Amino acid sequence: MHIYDALETQDAVKHILVRHEQGATHAADGYARVSGKPGVVLVTSGPGITNAVTGIATAHMDSIPMVIISGQVPSPLIGGDAFQEVDAVGITRSCVKHNFLIKDVKNIANTVKRAFHIATTGRPGPVLIDIPKDITIAQMTPEPYPESVDIRSYKPTIKASDRQIKKAAQLMAKSRRPILYSGGGSVIGNASKELRELTHLLNFPITQTLMGLGAFPGSDELSLGMLGMHGTYEANMAMHGADCVVAIGARFDDRITGNLAKFCPTAKIIHIDIDPSSISKNVVADVPIVGQVKQVLGALCVELKDEKLADISKWWAQINDWRAVDSLSYEKAEGIIKPQTVIEALYEVTKGEAIVTSDVGQHQMWAAQYYLFDEPRRWINSGGLGTMGFGLPAAMGAKLADPSRDVACVTGEGSIQMMLQELSTMLQYNTPVKIVSLNNGYLGMVRQWQEFFYEKRYAMSYMDALPDFVKLAESYGHVGIRVEKEADLKPALIEAFAQKDRTVFLDILTDPTENVFPMIPAGGAHCDMLLAGHNDMISKDETDFNAV
Amino acid sequence: MRHIISVLLENESGALSRVSGLFSARGFNIESLTVAQTNDSGLSRMTIVSSGNDRVIEQIVKQLNKLIDVVKVIDLTDQDHVERELMLVKVCVKKKDELEVKQLVDIFSCKIVDVSDRTYTIEIAGKTRKINAFLNALDFAIVMEVSRTGVTGISRGRTVI
Repeated sequence: MHIYDALETQDAVKHILVRHEQGATHAADGYARVSGKPGVVLVTSGPGITNAVTGIATAHMDSIPMVIISGQVPSPLIGGDAFQEVDAVGITRSCVKHNFLIKDVKNIANTVKRAFHIATTGRPGPVLIDIPKDITIAQMTPEPYPESVDIRSYKPTIKASDRQIKKAAQLMAKSRRPILYSGGGSVIGNASKELRELTHLLNFPITQTLMGLGAFPGSDELSLGMLGMHGTYEANMAMHGADCVVAIGARFDDRITGNLAKFCPTAKIIHIDIDPSSISKNVVADVPIVGQVKQVLGALCVELKDEKLADISKWWAQINDWRAVDSLSYEKAEGIIKPQTVIEALYEVTKGEAIVTSDVGQHQMWAAQYYLFDEPRRWINSGGLGTMGFGLPAAMGAKLADPSRDVACVTGEGSIQMMLQELSTMLQYNTPVKIVSLNNGYLGMVRQWQEFFYEKRYAMSYMDALPDFVKLAESYGHVGIRVEKEADLKPALIEAFAQKDRTVFLDILTDPTENVFPMIPAGGAHCDMLLAGHNDMISKDETDFNAV
Repeated sequence: MRHIISVLLENESGALSRVSGLFSARGFNIESLTVAQTNDSGLSRMTIVSSGNDRVIEQIVKQLNKLIDVVKVIDLTDQDHVERELMLVKVCVKKKDELEVKQLVDIFSCKIVDVSDRTYTIEIAGKTRKINAFLNALDFAIVMEVSRTGVTGISRGRTVI
């Protein structure tokens, strides 16, 4: 209460009153992902902080800078099961980069400074400050806010070892089947320019993770698209056949690697990451490089500038054969809208320039596959934790970070219902976004797994009793449009984006039976893929690449 | 393989739970953990005995280093070091057992630190193996209570953490 009272008497801090604390953390997260600056969240004690935990964990998994200030019961009451008391520091410990409990008013300034320093440096992440009520009203002689901070136990590595960079450069120069595998670190580490420079200098194929999309342009000829469980055929086959994999700010997540025992069987692994604990955690690195991705890529560019590179034209020929499979092609059907078509239309209408947030499920994968992101910080999704409900508040945060840019929230009728209440906040603070909801009546990704792996027993994946989303949007003061026919799709999107100042909810009925392809089933290798239009799994273990 | 990991960390409330929470959350195993303030009142030193293959131990060391409160981590197993553990054991001694217990105390160079009507409390310090051996040598039936500190360690020579 005292903090809010103080907020009322100043103009420097802009406060957005959300409807639910999870919405606050996702909105701050979306703001941080788009702007590169830390998002800040203020929540009350007890349920305030427990509600925020999902959003904090989401930010933690994706290394997003965020500072959360939580109110706490007065110091003398701590530990006595007071009204609205929870052990905030204890509850959040495993999903923050660090947290603090302030015990003395004199420590507030220093703690806030440390919190922002920790949240924004090294591998970024959320930092929580828990502040008991009595501390917020305690009096002290004001001291200037500290200009710098020195924490003896926290010194993130910035500059990588020259020896390791030389070693990596030599390996890359002589490799004949190289591939760059770039992740969220290239986006968070603002290394897009260096990544483009290096990739073009080497003429290497590049694949990007769900978190990394946009650091390298998706429409560039050297881009193989996304890799992993729903990656393209060419990206996954190239990973499987490579003799040198350069992991750039990526962490070899299980959705990327598939079966670890069969992962990149013939490749030497170079791994660049600011977090030493990411290296050799899941996959052992042959050349580990700890450092800022931006600095390391810059140094590699210098090192490789005049280096004679091995001929990789045969490798490119092989990759282009894989490309010819056209693994993202899909068949349109009469009288029903294919979800892929919606994303393609969205790409066309926004000219690929929008910020796209997403929730979690099939729509997320289609958005990642069919919207070619050419710039970083345009694709905003919960990759690590996979938090349904993320998309709408994140879109609000994105719009606040970059009000001049169109923001689309690609979602589904399942996910959107998890954070619907933020439609109200979006009206209050005038953050117009376009909600592109792929309504197939199912928790689609669950349904897809049930179809493939549970003999079509569709347990609890059908969404009955859906609301009328048009009326719902209207009741919140927004515009609602229902799209049932493909012919109406593009006009509806054009109309939605033409309404610059309004949030528009597009309830688009899509094919309930459509599946996300390609797909590597759990436990599969990169060469084991289910492709659209094939009844059986394509399994092509082409590890004998000596001829290439 | 068994490893002895020494951790220097800020002497702050919650620091211990950050370490123990890390071990449980990531499924690392702890055989023992001891912690106390050092000669610098702002720092605590923790000795953790864990086991795992080289990759697991590498991850443990890296994850510990990642904790903001942790100043330094070393794996003592890699270097020449001294390790000790202390055990207090209370035994119930009947007249006929007295001599045998005293002989064992002599053999293992430990001390009887408290005596009451029919009980001895024995203090023994040494490597874990020695303590285990002493415990095994005692007649199981007479042991009433055992309290062990877990291992603490320090490197030999001029090397410091």
